[in-house]
Amino acid sequence: MLRDKSITVENLTVAYDGTPVLLDADLEFEKGKITAVIGPNGAGKSTLLNAMLDFIKPLTGQVHYYLDDKKFTYQDIKQRLAYVPQKASVDWTFPTDALDVVLMGRYGHLKTGQRPGKKDRQIAKGKLNQVGMLNFSDRQISQLSGGQRQRVFLARALAQESDIIILDEPLAGVDVTTEKVLMNLLRQEAEQGKTILAVHHDLNTITNYFDDVVFLNRQVYAYGSVEDVFTPQNIEKTYQQNRQEAEASLIEEESGKAMDV
Amino acid sequence: MDTLLSILTDHTFQIVALGTGILGLLSGVMGVFLTLRKQSLLGDALGHAALPGIVIAFLLIQEKNMLILLLGASLSGLLATALINWMTGRHSVIKQDSALALILSSFFGLGTALLSYSQQMPNAAQAGLETFIFGQASGMLRQDVYLIIVISLLVLVLVAVFWKEFKLITFDADFARTLPGPYSFLNRLLSLLIVVTIVLGLESVGVVLISALLVNPAIAARQWSHQMKTVIVLSGFFGLFSGIIGTLISSAGSQIPTGATIVVVATSITLFSILFAPRRGLIARRRQVKEKEKALQTRLERRE
Amino acid sequence: MSLVLEIILVAIAVSLSCSVLGVFLVLRGSTMVSDAITHTVLLGIVVSFFIVQDLRSPWLIIGASLVGVFTVWAIEALKNTGLVDQDASIGIVFPLLFSIAIILLTRYAGDVHLDIDAVFMGQLGFTIFDRVIIGGVDIGPGAFWSALIIFLLNSGFIAYFYKELKVSTFDPNYARSIGISTTFIYYALMTLVSITSVGAFEAVGSILVVGFMVGPALTAYLLTDRLIHMIGVTLLVSVFNAAAGVSLAYSLNLSYAGVIAFFTGIVAVTAFIFSPKKGALRGWVNRRRQKN
Repeated sequence: MLRDKSITVENLTVAYDGTPVLLDADLEFEKGKITAVIGPNGAGKSTLLNAMLDFIKPLTGQVHYYLDDKKFTYQDIKQRLAYVPQKASVDWTFPTDALDVVLMGRYGHLKTGQRPGKKDRQIAKGKLNQVGMLNFSDRQISQLSGGQRQRVFLARALAQESDIIILDEPLAGVDVTTEKVLMNLLRQEAEQGKTILAVHHDLNTITNYFDDVVFLNRQVYAYGSVEDVFTPQNIEKTYQQNRQEAEASLIEEESGKAMDV
Repeated sequence: MDTLLSILTDHTFQIVALGTGILGLLSGVMGVFLTLRKQSLLGDALGHAALPGIVIAFLLIQEKNMLILLLGASLSGLLATALINWMTGRHSVIKQDSALALILSSFFGLGTALLSYSQQMPNAAQAGLETFIFGQASGMLRQDVYLIIVISLLVLVLVAVFWKEFKLITFDADFARTLPGPYSFLNRLLSLLIVVTIVLGLESVGVVLISALLVNPAIAARQWSHQMKTVIVLSGFFGLFSGIIGTLISSAGSQIPTGATIVVVATSITLFSILFAPRRGLIARRRQVKEKEKALQTRLERRE
Repeated sequence: MSLVLEIILVAIAVSLSCSVLGVFLVLRGSTMVSDAITHTVLLGIVVSFFIVQDLRSPWLIIGASLVGVFTVWAIEALKNTGLVDQDASIGIVFPLLFSIAIILLTRYAGDVHLDIDAVFMGQLGFTIFDRVIIGGVDIGPGAFWSALIIFLLNSGFIAYFYKELKVSTFDPNYARSIGISTTFIYYALMTLVSITSVGAFEAVGSILVVGFMVGPALTAYLLTDRLIHMIGVTLLVSVFNAAAGVSLAYSLNLSYAGVIAFFTGIVAVTAFIFSPKKGALRGWVNRRRQKN
């Protein structure tokens, strides 16, 4: 049993059109820890995040958040949670600059019709500075490199000044220097007692950066501290099991062009 | 029963039903390529973009020669396609929908401006814009139908001859590009045949109808089969059926516009297919999903 | 005031009301949905007209907005079946609703004094004969004032929901995570598109409205890289297009709306070629340089 739990996932099952992408997941994420969610493509990693953020309705199960020793649902605490979507989900040709993107991190604290004020600007600039991007604050976002975009995204999450940070593939397509900068910052946040949860794909860097790890391939194969569960057996089990079956069922009902030629 | 018989034997009805039916068949077939290439709105955009070509052709020859008007419309439509492709090319930041909307409206704008010019001329004998938008199916003449039949046959024969190649271009353009053979020629030929279909429909049934006839039968047919060959045959049949039944309904009542009625028939077939097709249809799928979810739930309960 | 000046003023007001919404349509990639709406609102107008028998009634705007919202909902619903892509669902929904409108119009043509050609093309030149007179003082064409009110409504919406519009267009997933209803923003935007197209019908017709919405915004998108600058340039370009288009059409004696729409296209394509940062010419030169 983990001591200082921050998020609990109970019996979570998510199905698309009746086909389970996430099966009966039970998890506990701990305060002050950085947890990696790993597994092959199509394993339901992003689905887990989407269900935790109420983007999709699960078939069964609940997710609870614990802050100040009280139990909440996502809707109650969404102002205290920062989410970093996949880079690819964003339109990078959008006419805006780096500082403006970070300022979006303050939007959750503002009322409708209210503009970001001086204090918000200061916070945003501070966070840009932390990720080493202050000199780029008026740079058009389409002119940023992959690593720089991810830094800006992290700065936006930090600007939310939240208690929980959930990241979807934060290190995908990012250079080694950026990787270190990002993970150091997340480490500082964790040390302040925040909960960090990231979908991750690079098994080589797990031991460098993460405290806990969740092995996911449509169901949870193992989870716990990196020392305990990050074993070749668990990797083998997660990445081999049901692979063909999983792929077959995912390809089967893909609509659109899936047609015999 | 008597009224039905009298309509069916009516000469005008036969001409119009034949014309709209063949057009439905042709656009049903070509619509399969269009929708699979995810270009469903190209018909709408090109239909509008053809207007200046028609007006310029009319201004040049000063009479209503259908073939010349069709030629003008095709050139105008091809120019619009080229512009849209250029503006949404690999290095451009412009999204497909913006380019479509811009080209559609500026070509159409030019068309209406030219139309207002032609209306100032002494021998202005041109039909109103309404005809262009919604066609004049009920006013179809015997020679219009002959032209439709000849061009449709030509297009369909070409589709049959290059069937394998067109199929490949539609499904996997990137792969087709790597193969030996005149890929870019065939790709352009396919686009040209689509433009010809749109333009042919414009004259007789109007923009809105032709874009509806390109999308609806193809989407409807897609729900019933996974085989491209079956889909094309079904789509052609749905198009033919919509044309004939639409014409029949509008002939049976008074003051029911033919083109709009055909759209309603074609869309009804689409909605029916989306709801009721076996396996892919919404109702069948909802049942499958419910069953699967139930099985999943019992499986989960057993685990506990 | 001279005739042509009044026509220019009406054209500018209509153009502003359309283009300010266009900014977000272009950025979201929803311009063809708005094209569908500009067609289908005709059904709302026809049905409301049957009920109230008055072309000036505010019920027409309400009816048109309802049909506009229904159009968006139907397109989404069809797309969400997973059986049809976005473009195809637009291509199914709008011809159907438009056709129903045409059938109703033709069938009850005797009772309706709606000129279909005028609905398609608009008659900008005629709008100035319909005057607004307050306390015996003629304050100008009604079309000018109604377009101005719609412009202010649209601008007010954008100013009030600026943050929400921006973040839900740029990063919809993030927007949802901080509790912004992207659905509400989308439907509100599309309701305004419906209202705006009804307002613009009289002047520019149903088909060219989309050009007035897209053209200036696309031009500005190519020339700027901040949202607020994009909005500013959009408004400037739309004023310029309207004024230049009307002047050109007036001197050549051509259809006003047609010339403005064509001119709008020319301006946007020119921006596409020559934009200093995002232009085709610039890109071509850059790629040449990289090769050598």
